[in-house]
Amino acid sequence: MPTVTLNRNVVESLIGKKTPIEKLRDRISMLGTDLESISDTEIVVEIFPNRPDMLCEQGFARALSSFLNIKTGLKNYTVQKSGYFCKVEKTLEVWPYTVNAIVKNLKFDDESIREVMQLQEKLGTTLTRHRKKGGIGIYPLDKIKFPIRFTTMKLNEIKFRPLDSSKEMYADEILEKHPAGIKYSNILQNQKEQPVFIDANNQILSIPPIINSYDTGRITQSTKDVFIECSGPDLNILNVALNIIVTSLADMGGKIFSIDVINKNKKITTPDLSPKTMNLDVKYVNKILGLNLKEKEIKKYLMMMGFDYKNKNALVPSYRNDILHQIDLIEEIAIAFGYEHFPTEITSFGSIAEEDQFEKFKRKIQDILVSLSFIQVNAFCLTNEDKINKKMNTNYDTVKLLNSINQEYNAFRYWLLIGRTFNSKNELDHLCVVISNSKTNFTELKQILDALFTALGIEYKLDVLTHPSFIEGRTGSIIIKDKAIGFIGEVHPDVILNWDLENPIVALELNVNELFEKL
Amino acid sequence: MDINSIINSLSPVERKVIPYLKDNISVKEIVSNSNLLEIEVIRALQWLENKKIVKINIDHRSTVKLDKNGILYLSKEIPEKRLLKILKKRSSSIEEFRKFKEFEPEELNYAIGSLKKNGAIIFENKSIKITDKGIALVETNFNEELLLKKIGENTKFLDEFSKIEKLTLEGLKKRTLFVKLDVTKVRNIQLTDLGKSLIKHSSKLKQEFIESLTSSMIISKNYIGKTFRHYDIKGIVPKVFPGKKHFVNETIEYIKRIWLDLGFKEMTGNHIDSCFWNFDALFTPQDHPARDMQDTLFVEGYDNLENSELLKRIKTTHENGWTTGSLGWRYKWDIEQAKKLVARTHTTVLSSRTIANLKKEDIPIKFFAVGKVFRNETLDKTHLFEFYQTEGIVIDKNANFKNLVGYLKTYFSKMGFNQIRLRPAYFPYTEPSLEIDIFHPVHKKWIELGGSGIFRPEVVKPLLGIEIPVLAWGLSVERLITDYYGFTDLRDLYSNDLKKLRSTKVWIK
Repeated sequence: MPTVTLNRNVVESLIGKKTPIEKLRDRISMLGTDLESISDTEIVVEIFPNRPDMLCEQGFARALSSFLNIKTGLKNYTVQKSGYFCKVEKTLEVWPYTVNAIVKNLKFDDESIREVMQLQEKLGTTLTRHRKKGGIGIYPLDKIKFPIRFTTMKLNEIKFRPLDSSKEMYADEILEKHPAGIKYSNILQNQKEQPVFIDANNQILSIPPIINSYDTGRITQSTKDVFIECSGPDLNILNVALNIIVTSLADMGGKIFSIDVINKNKKITTPDLSPKTMNLDVKYVNKILGLNLKEKEIKKYLMMMGFDYKNKNALVPSYRNDILHQIDLIEEIAIAFGYEHFPTEITSFGSIAEEDQFEKFKRKIQDILVSLSFIQVNAFCLTNEDKINKKMNTNYDTVKLLNSINQEYNAFRYWLLIGRTFNSKNELDHLCVVISNSKTNFTELKQILDALFTALGIEYKLDVLTHPSFIEGRTGSIIIKDKAIGFIGEVHPDVILNWDLENPIVALELNVNELFEKL
Repeated sequence: MDINSIINSLSPVERKVIPYLKDNISVKEIVSNSNLLEIEVIRALQWLENKKIVKINIDHRSTVKLDKNGILYLSKEIPEKRLLKILKKRSSSIEEFRKFKEFEPEELNYAIGSLKKNGAIIFENKSIKITDKGIALVETNFNEELLLKKIGENTKFLDEFSKIEKLTLEGLKKRTLFVKLDVTKVRNIQLTDLGKSLIKHSSKLKQEFIESLTSSMIISKNYIGKTFRHYDIKGIVPKVFPGKKHFVNETIEYIKRIWLDLGFKEMTGNHIDSCFWNFDALFTPQDHPARDMQDTLFVEGYDNLENSELLKRIKTTHENGWTTGSLGWRYKWDIEQAKKLVARTHTTVLSSRTIANLKKEDIPIKFFAVGKVFRNETLDKTHLFEFYQTEGIVIDKNANFKNLVGYLKTYFSKMGFNQIRLRPAYFPYTEPSLEIDIFHPVHKKWIELGGSGIFRPEVVKPLLGIEIPVLAWGLSVERLITDYYGFTDLRDLYSNDLKKLRSTKVWIK
């Protein structure tokens, strides 16, 4: 989950009211973000993935100010027509969509440039999943000439100076050498052509989702109006990303203008900031929450979360992408009501507790062994080949992990530890009993085995067994009702030395699942 | 303590040792005078020291004893003596002696060198002849011989040797395997004032005390009229270690007890499961970050999911919400992603399987689980790649958010935390969702202890066929354990250090 550092002064001036730090600390947590720290100048919060609209000062302040009951309800943003259009000429099948907008009348300084860049970057890592679901470009309007074309070109035909570079480069060079190219070239891999935005002067604006042009794609303090494009495979995500950006820029003082995106004969006008409606059943709300809220109260709570409510419908802001079902609205109502205000009450139906029979059996075995003065260990299920096989002089087929970052723990243990064991077919619970001291021997452990089976009321016998980890002639398989369910023996000194140990070891291992079945 | 009560508390071996005590006596001397075993004498002296009767001074003294060749020449005469005896009969040469093989080469060189230096032999045209001095020497005892005899078969203290003996020893030290030098601890006894006055009462030590009370004494009433020896009840006794469950398992038993007391049924299941049950059945979209390689441990192999009605429902729910009233995630669901195997990332996988197998007549019902879950994390002070989680679900048509709050508060109050905070959170499979913080009374801060919520209709309806509220939670276990036992390093929970396992207190709540 992304952590953002927000300028507290900017947030508070957007809210329009100073709030004591203790109250902020509490309210920010109870609004549904993970507050990490707060100081006089900064608010550091982890934003949950369902709220990309809160990744910048503007969106965060918008949510907080309505939650604090300062400016509640759906916020209206006016969109004027720019008269510009973007022509979709040719697209990759995997990168077919674009949506655009213009925001004018902005005043940039170092701080607001930082805010916009942080928003763009964090949207990239979260909402668009590291640009896999879309690229976002922001350009100074005065550097480009409409109409814009969204098309594709061969890699060796695309040449421009990318951001963070001192010279012009070909697209294939960018993908190979430029830091952004190296980082994101895997998204549109194995494509002969690359998507590009080109303006009416035939300037290349960018190759999405990799990088913008240095000449046309750089916001500076003198920038007043900006052009924004989002392109990618998921139109829904692109619209949300665009809406989050334009509403944030509007909250910075900008005016939003639309662009017509023309694809063959189809025209869409973006951004579309009209709220979506979702039907809300008051009875359902009260049933899920266990409350008795009136429609009027529900409306009040929805407005505290930046929504509106009319004629049994919730109006959902255009920058919210997480409202899939009315259950999502219920959570909004619950947050506004305050999780801390819910009464405490457990369900009233009668129910019968039941411990799992096998778990109970395992507990009994543990109790018996503890009463025989054994000390129980609890170790990781994950281990490695060296420990499972090499040191034990065995050759078991283990279950391996594909991607463990710990090379010491890249396989599941196959045997010889208390607890869960793993083979290619099964997960089984094994019991392992080990005695080690300077003069231990087979007899000492067989006495324990006798005691265990006497306590369980099970008869067993031993058959001679050869096992590579144990001394031949001092190893047996444990037989119950003609079935071998384990083994017991003196561990071979080679194995003891493999583990850098010095004392004799006797060990037994039992398949507890089979033992349970034989009861 | 007066002398009499000290006498009453003396053990038999202490009483046996006391008559031999005097200032500066060594343990060795007591052993040889008393015919007791050294270990008995040492133990008795330690007890006597505890009673402030003696003081034991420990000295470190250099010792010497014979090595292999030293022992050999004790019985066989030293090489120079044998060499002289041969030369007394006839002259010889170095070559001849070498062929002779009677002498180790090094010893031969040493003997010839030493005899020549003393003027016992002379060289004449490669031939070695004995001198008059040499002839006289044959009949005398060499210093080396005398020293070997003095050391004999026992270990001797270096400080008991004369100046000449020490000088001779220096020579022997240079020769191969003649002597071994070492340092030993020597215990010397000093009587305290109390000890000195005790010795004056030594006649009282003869009195007979009862040591161990035996069954035959009781039956024969033999104890009547006798005195029981007083034990040193404040003394230190050897440690014994009880058998013990691992403290993590003990905590888990306690947690299970809580859920059982609240009427929950236990769920169990595999640690390795498919993405289908771990993620897809829990409405977690296939491009969700939790399904990335860096968060989840993937296991080799695949689960061959059957193309069932359930599979179709889950697919459709992801793509367009199916009949749940949801928009769905609006992407193309891929069965291949669902077939991948993972080390389960949460115990919620048990809940998804349990709900799928539930019959309508089983409802209302409550389930719990305590089990291991896995993450692709590096192991350090604050991170484990496998750890426990406790899971709970309540399935009831009347269950609501209030009840969720109720169960969580009840559980944590039974765990000893009465101040808890429920905070809005986000999980793909619950709505409303919350995170649980407990207020730590010592650290005075909120500590996150798990996630919870009501399963989304997109989870419940495809699995169960009907939409019904399911309250759910997955809570941390290890954090409570580290807190209770005062561990600061999570790895210590599973290091299985015997000393720690033996000394860790039991879980009492």
